[in-house]
Amino acid sequence: MSTRRFAVLAIAVSLLIAGALSWYASSSPDGLEHVAETTGFHQSAETHAAETGPLAGYATRGVSDERLSGGVAGVLGVAATGLVMGGLVVVLRRRDRSGATGPQA
Amino acid sequence: MHVPDGFLDAPTSIATAVVAAGGVAAAIRGTRRDLDERTTPMAGLVAVFIFAAQMINFPVGAGTSGHLLGGALAAVLAGPWLATLALTVVLILQAFLFADGGITALGTNVLLMGLVGVWTGWLVFRAASHLLPRRLTSVAPAAAIGALVSVPVAAAAFAGLFAIGGQADIPVVAVLTAMVSWHLLIGIGEALITALVVGSVVAVRPDLVYGARPLLGARPLEIRQGVTP
Repeated sequence: MSTRRFAVLAIAVSLLIAGALSWYASSSPDGLEHVAETTGFHQSAETHAAETGPLAGYATRGVSDERLSGGVAGVLGVAATGLVMGGLVVVLRRRDRSGATGPQA
Repeated sequence: MHVPDGFLDAPTSIATAVVAAGGVAAAIRGTRRDLDERTTPMAGLVAVFIFAAQMINFPVGAGTSGHLLGGALAAVLAGPWLATLALTVVLILQAFLFADGGITALGTNVLLMGLVGVWTGWLVFRAASHLLPRRLTSVAPAAAIGALVSVPVAAAAFAGLFAIGGQADIPVVAVLTAMVSWHLLIGIGEALITALVVGSVVAVRPDLVYGARPLLGARPLEIRQGVTP
């Protein structure tokens, strides 16, 4: 399998998970939330500063269908993560190469 | 395990942010050795996959769920330095775009998942790799062991921070016991997902798996022995 094909496959799997399968995720509190509730420190949690953001809580504001709202948020998150991490490693690699000898693809 | 704002007091949150910033700076230096034509695409793909996988909470019983943290997975696939950066990018986007994990708790979350989770997963993976047979089929089980251990260790680290700067008067032992026992269960899910993903990548492109490099270094010799008459 070529690297390009591998990358396309990995991105497709990630989009499928974030865009569609995430709908079937458990909505129970996670381990930390559960422990906070049972031991009693959950009340110290504060309202999130970005609570009113357009994608807060993995829901897309303005999209009324809940399944679509979550799926769009997931797809946008995958795109944002890919752009930021991809951009970061490209910049870091350019840094590494500057001053290095020999051309590279 | 995304810590919201308010669980830890300001001095503790600031201290964890300083430690996290130092860890990320070290990771940016550390990637100098690791970034090549294999790890560069892998680092981006790992970050994307972890973001996606963290959207899926799986039930672990008694009305509780967990999701992949991805520290061991990222470290085995892309190396621990790039793994720390990948987890940091995911946590920053989750905090600012998705309101998942507090903004004042961002340093805490990077410390717990991007440093403790990644490096525990990586070091346990390395130790397990030394104990298991030296072959490619050992990479996924070793990664799973790293994943299994990394989650309760990160949970224990949270309890440690809570002991220092918890904003509620709760016995630390109760928090530690509950955190570690629930996250041991979540760690089993983490181990299964990590084994599945690492095993799949090893099956199709073992050369892209950072943690499999020591094994691949020895492989050309074996092939030559088989081919040369």
